[in-house]
Amino acid sequence: MNDKRPVNLDLSTIKFPVTAIASITHRVTGVAIFLALPILLWMLDRSLASPESFADLKELMTSPLVKLVVWAILAVLLYHLVAGIRHLIMDTGVGETLEGGRRGAKLVFIISAVLILLVGGWIW
Amino acid sequence: MVTPVTSLGRNGLYDWLIQRVSAVIIGVYLIGMLGYLMCTGDLDYGSWKAFMGSVCMQIANTLLVIAVAAHTWVGLWGVTTDYLTSLTFGKAATGVRLIAQVAIALALVVYLLWGLVLIWGGA
Repeated sequence: MNDKRPVNLDLSTIKFPVTAIASITHRVTGVAIFLALPILLWMLDRSLASPESFADLKELMTSPLVKLVVWAILAVLLYHLVAGIRHLIMDTGVGETLEGGRRGAKLVFIISAVLILLVGGWIW
Repeated sequence: MVTPVTSLGRNGLYDWLIQRVSAVIIGVYLIGMLGYLMCTGDLDYGSWKAFMGSVCMQIANTLLVIAVAAHTWVGLWGVTTDYLTSLTFGKAATGVRLIAQVAIALALVVYLLWGLVLIWGGA
């Protein structure tokens, strides 16, 4: 390696292109889903344990704050899903050029935003 | 070449495949479950319990929790090996990364077992 090559690993000084933002958002949402797993398992537990716990959970779901949390979890799931589908499409060789990558990243943001709004409408 | 001892498939190509197969299982499940919940409307306990207790859903749910555990492990392994390095933690990096990875692995095993108990009706 040529030692004189400039090295810049200070991420805060780098302007992120749309593809990088799509990529890091995929990672961040992935970590967020991991953190949400116990909430989802707890909800599954409450929904199946007894008719009473099911009713309690349903009652809890009427609270705006709880709705916001559920919406947030579904939002990160939907983004991760859409960005993941783009990965699978790119694995087949589609959208691998620089322009294709940019277009795909923008599409992921647009499609997931629409889905997140739709699922928000369903929750409320 | 050193084989990474903490990666799920012990090599990158195998992890790559696990990541994609599990992704498809989770994706199909998520779309199907959201579709079911949206189309069913006002769900009551009896039909939800019967639906989740059907052999079909017990198998789908089992596939789901196994896929989530594997997918999350491959994903978070990538995240921990990218960010918990000597660049950020110096000499302590290996220890920090190993502790984080063991904690994540334990959490995933607990979630997997919890999920299986819920699916197969132990509780």
